[in-house]
Amino acid sequence: MIDPITLSVIQAGLAQVCDEMDLAFSRAAFSPVIAEANDRSDGIYGAEDGSLIAQGAGGLPVFVGTMQASTAHLIRRIASGETPAPKPGDIYIVNDPYLGGTHLMDVRFARPFYRGGEIFCWLSNTGHWPDTGGSVPGGFSASATAVEQEGLRLPPVRLFKEGALDEEIYAIICSNIRVADQRIGDVKAQAAALDVGAARLEALLDRYGDDVVREAIDALRERAETQMRASIDEIADGTYASIAWIDSDGVVNEPLAIRLKVTKTRGHLRFDFGESSPPCQGPMNSVRATTLSSVYLAMRHIFPEVPISAGAFEPLEVTGIAGTFLDAEYPRPVSGCAAEVSQRIAEAVFAAVVQALPGRVTAAPAGTSGNFALGGHDPARGRDFVMYQLSGGGYGGNADHDGLANGCSTIGISKAPPIEIMEQNFPVLYHRYALREGSGGAGKHRGGLGLDYEVELLRGEARASFVMDHGRFGPQGALGGEDGAVNEVEVWQGGVRHVPEHLSKAQDIPLTAGDRVRVKTPGGGGYGDPADRDPALVAEDKRLGRV
Amino acid sequence: MSVIVGIDVGGTFTDLAMVAPDGRLRIAKTPTTVENQAFGVLAALEAAEVALGEVDLIVHGTTTTTNAVLERKLSKTGLITTQGFRDVLELGRRTRPQAYGMKGEFRPIIPRDLRLEVPERMDAAGTVLMPLDENAVRAAVADLLGAGCEALVIHFLHAYANPVHELRAAEIAAETWPNAFITVGHGLLSETREFERGVTAAVNASVQPLLDRYVARLRAELAGRGYSGDVLVMNGNGGMVSSSLVSREAAKTVMSGPASGVMAAAYTGRVSGHANLITYDMGGTSTDVALIRDGVAPVSNEIEIEYAMPIHVPMVDVRTVGAGGGSIARVTVAGLLEVGPESAGADPGPICYGRGGMQPTISDANLLLGRLDPEKLAVRGGVSREAVAEVFQRELGDPLGVDAETAAEAVVRLANAKMAGAIRMVSLSMGADPRDFALFAFGGAGPLHAVALARELGVPRVLVPARPGITNALGCVVADLRHDYVRTVNWPLETVELDALHALFAEQAATGAAALAAESVDIRDMRQAFSVDMQFVGQSHVVRVGLADGRPSREALRDGFDAVYWERFRVALDGIEARVVNVNCSVVGELAPVDILALIDPVGRLPEARAQGKRRVVFESGAVEVPVYWRDELPLDCVIAGPAVIEQMDTTILVEPGWQARGDAVGNLILEAGT
Repeated sequence: MIDPITLSVIQAGLAQVCDEMDLAFSRAAFSPVIAEANDRSDGIYGAEDGSLIAQGAGGLPVFVGTMQASTAHLIRRIASGETPAPKPGDIYIVNDPYLGGTHLMDVRFARPFYRGGEIFCWLSNTGHWPDTGGSVPGGFSASATAVEQEGLRLPPVRLFKEGALDEEIYAIICSNIRVADQRIGDVKAQAAALDVGAARLEALLDRYGDDVVREAIDALRERAETQMRASIDEIADGTYASIAWIDSDGVVNEPLAIRLKVTKTRGHLRFDFGESSPPCQGPMNSVRATTLSSVYLAMRHIFPEVPISAGAFEPLEVTGIAGTFLDAEYPRPVSGCAAEVSQRIAEAVFAAVVQALPGRVTAAPAGTSGNFALGGHDPARGRDFVMYQLSGGGYGGNADHDGLANGCSTIGISKAPPIEIMEQNFPVLYHRYALREGSGGAGKHRGGLGLDYEVELLRGEARASFVMDHGRFGPQGALGGEDGAVNEVEVWQGGVRHVPEHLSKAQDIPLTAGDRVRVKTPGGGGYGDPADRDPALVAEDKRLGRV
Repeated sequence: MSVIVGIDVGGTFTDLAMVAPDGRLRIAKTPTTVENQAFGVLAALEAAEVALGEVDLIVHGTTTTTNAVLERKLSKTGLITTQGFRDVLELGRRTRPQAYGMKGEFRPIIPRDLRLEVPERMDAAGTVLMPLDENAVRAAVADLLGAGCEALVIHFLHAYANPVHELRAAEIAAETWPNAFITVGHGLLSETREFERGVTAAVNASVQPLLDRYVARLRAELAGRGYSGDVLVMNGNGGMVSSSLVSREAAKTVMSGPASGVMAAAYTGRVSGHANLITYDMGGTSTDVALIRDGVAPVSNEIEIEYAMPIHVPMVDVRTVGAGGGSIARVTVAGLLEVGPESAGADPGPICYGRGGMQPTISDANLLLGRLDPEKLAVRGGVSREAVAEVFQRELGDPLGVDAETAAEAVVRLANAKMAGAIRMVSLSMGADPRDFALFAFGGAGPLHAVALARELGVPRVLVPARPGITNALGCVVADLRHDYVRTVNWPLETVELDALHALFAEQAATGAAALAAESVDIRDMRQAFSVDMQFVGQSHVVRVGLADGRPSREALRDGFDAVYWERFRVALDGIEARVVNVNCSVVGELAPVDILALIDPVGRLPEARAQGKRRVVFESGAVEVPVYWRDELPLDCVIAGPAVIEQMDTTILVEPGWQARGDAVGNLILEAGT
């Protein structure tokens, strides 16, 4: 049996391979969404079933569980002959949401890694492409009713064959996406990251021996499982229920419910979503891999010390999603799954588990990516533009302190762009970028404050679209804390105030010069009874205008 | 020959290095006095028996500002900013402290009730959209004075494009503000990004009064002891500035300690023929890494000194990679060994310090393995080797099923693997392969781990300077005077007006020359370094393109950008529009060179290397009795085959089996594999 010390060293070595892939991808990528916002992830997956061996610590949280699902689908399709078998140097590309994905913009590459003529494991990564075609630039249509409207859907095909880019496949892709000329920079980076991973993994195997590393991988998987089981044993046996609501699907103005029952038995957690809403018409559906991944990432927020590995997911069983909007099938639209539905699933997990682990779990965070897109024509520069303002919101109060203000989405880790850069690049003027006073849910520890911004179109005409959430229901308070303030969107057209019918979602609202958009993002949920709040903190909140 | 004294205040020790009148270098080490660092400085001067009347120049590295920011012990500071944007300093860039775990706190530098707004607005091109409301400025100034503010920040949107409102507001404030502590946002770095620029200005203002008082006190103390020269203060850019000017740009002194260490490394590398170095400074709580290429330490404008605390002034690009000697080892519930990220810090510190630490650390492991001398620690009042072994057995050995010594070896092996990984990430992120570098090991613990790291990284050679423990103080002695200028322009490459670019470079160079002339020190030579930051339109990250002079052609800009982009990213992108984002100029005043050979007194060197004794040391390959040498006695051209231990006052050097150490002509030890 392999000794635990070698095991620790090999674990560090595998993590290093993934971190170097992450770094190579971000550094070489052209798109800021990958290069700066790190909307990407890289990892190593099992040869037989695609199970997660190691994944870079700097990957976007929402990809925690999707890449093993995607790799598993690919392996199954190769076995069944649906997808052609690889040769050394091949790299598959796939963005099909229903084959272990998220939305279409998250494009996965998978490269078989060979030792002695056999596939030893898979190296895979995901990168968010700025556009994959479809009815709106960027792919986030708030009103799509079928996946075809959301963009180009690729089954797994070999974009690289024995190390060379297949120019024919690439030409098809480029003919179907916007700003295609810049994409080659991302494609090269995404493939190069896998090359870096292969070279580093080669060195690791040469040093420790294939059999030792193989044995270590199995042992690490078992130990991650042990660690997760030990962690969840902090939760008292029993069932913990919660509900989280999505405002609407963007097409039908009715709320969608995520109904969750978490049942803890020894070393095991079952997440039953059986009573959740059925698949919806608009793009607020989730696919199976994203739903599982959302549960995993929520658990990782709760137990950040457990390493990411298939073993850590083993004790977490997800049931009851078939037939609900959390396991949508072709051709349901899914563009909201990675950015919004995932965060509501995480909120349901937080709201259930906080009952059992009040010291570890926070009240609900803002839980929306706050996607405001403005597309139009800038007459001064004579060109079209698409601007995105993604924004943060308040985090939930917790056992230790008040929630953070203007935190990043639960599933992301990226920075928001500076206002000065936005005003340099687009014909807009911000009138306000401020803490949203009074938005944090009251509690012993208050929810963090959301953001309040107001932006004016300076020239020409444009269309405003919104994919946000928590407009109808604020982020949930916990243990007697109050909910955070709801998301609010106002569009001022010719001096007249307009609130979108779906509150947090709207598509193509026309703006002319001088029109304004104001967005107030949610505050975090409060934690504990507001009556228990330290009077000094109450006074400080008042003095600083936070309440 | 002028007499220069360098004094660096670190977290634990205040170090002194001095070029004495006879050309010799003298050194001293005294405890840092936390409340007022000046006492530790004076103690160091006494310990080194410095006759202040004979000293021409004192160069000082201080952590006064760094500590003030990290501990938020700041002067009360007010902000006047653009209407609608007073919360920018608190909103940050929409982040959280760590990727997983939805908790975290953030304390803004200036609290909300001291952040006031006035009507005014500039657009991104610098055109006035709304004039400055001067009465509102007067009212805000009065309010902030009334609230007891000592320092003031004036920070307006797009002031980098047009500073006229900031300058006018500062003029108005100066009419009533009782001191000179007024910082304008564009003053330190005229660069886009309101949060980063604003935080930088806020940090500057809120440490200004503290630094000003500290420097004044120190000067008075020194004057009282007969010193009549100037005190120069180290900046984070690795250059130094007169104490009479330093508080004006106080934020630039943040992180000056690590910077001066890197400057010393670069200097040592240059004089010993090692132009490409990875510096590796391992202390008690953290390890700092920097990359030196062609003898020059890279400078970055984008350092974040803690979560959401960017200080955007040019600073030597030093990265902290976590582990230090105090990093704690433990066994997880999964039965795996972990080292760090928790640290026992300096207090209680490792078990072997005898200050009550009870958790196994890297330093303790080194002690158990015989790599650190247990007797020496015992003399200093530390605990016994047996006591340390007992903790290792209980906390690590038993759960792992091994003895204490094996556990200790595993701790060091894992720590080395992780540190090597972190160093690799730093060098890769700067586009460099560590195998092309030598490892420059300093700090108290650096030379102990350096060979293992070099092996892990594929680095062919390790350089251990004569005095690894006082490297920062040496940096003070060898540093240059330096001023950096940055201006955001955002000019498309194809239409950039070359005349305007050349004029801007000339203006920056002239400003720098004037700043050098205002210093009280005689410089030997002055040089300028010109560069531009460029990017492809559609990207948000920039790369720095060095230029031969301040009059580049369009082709020079384009070719330079293509070359740097290829070197960094290995991607060639033809046909995509590029632009010039920032225009940078550094003006450096060089002082006379220092002879580092004098760091070890030649009188003490013996004609032949002679071991002082033997010690049992455990390596990965097993335990060996190894000879122990005293560094100061080694002949300059010594050759010592590993395994061996070389001790000196400020560090311990481990020469692993299969490696050898040899002296070079300027007093460094060079460690290489093979014979």
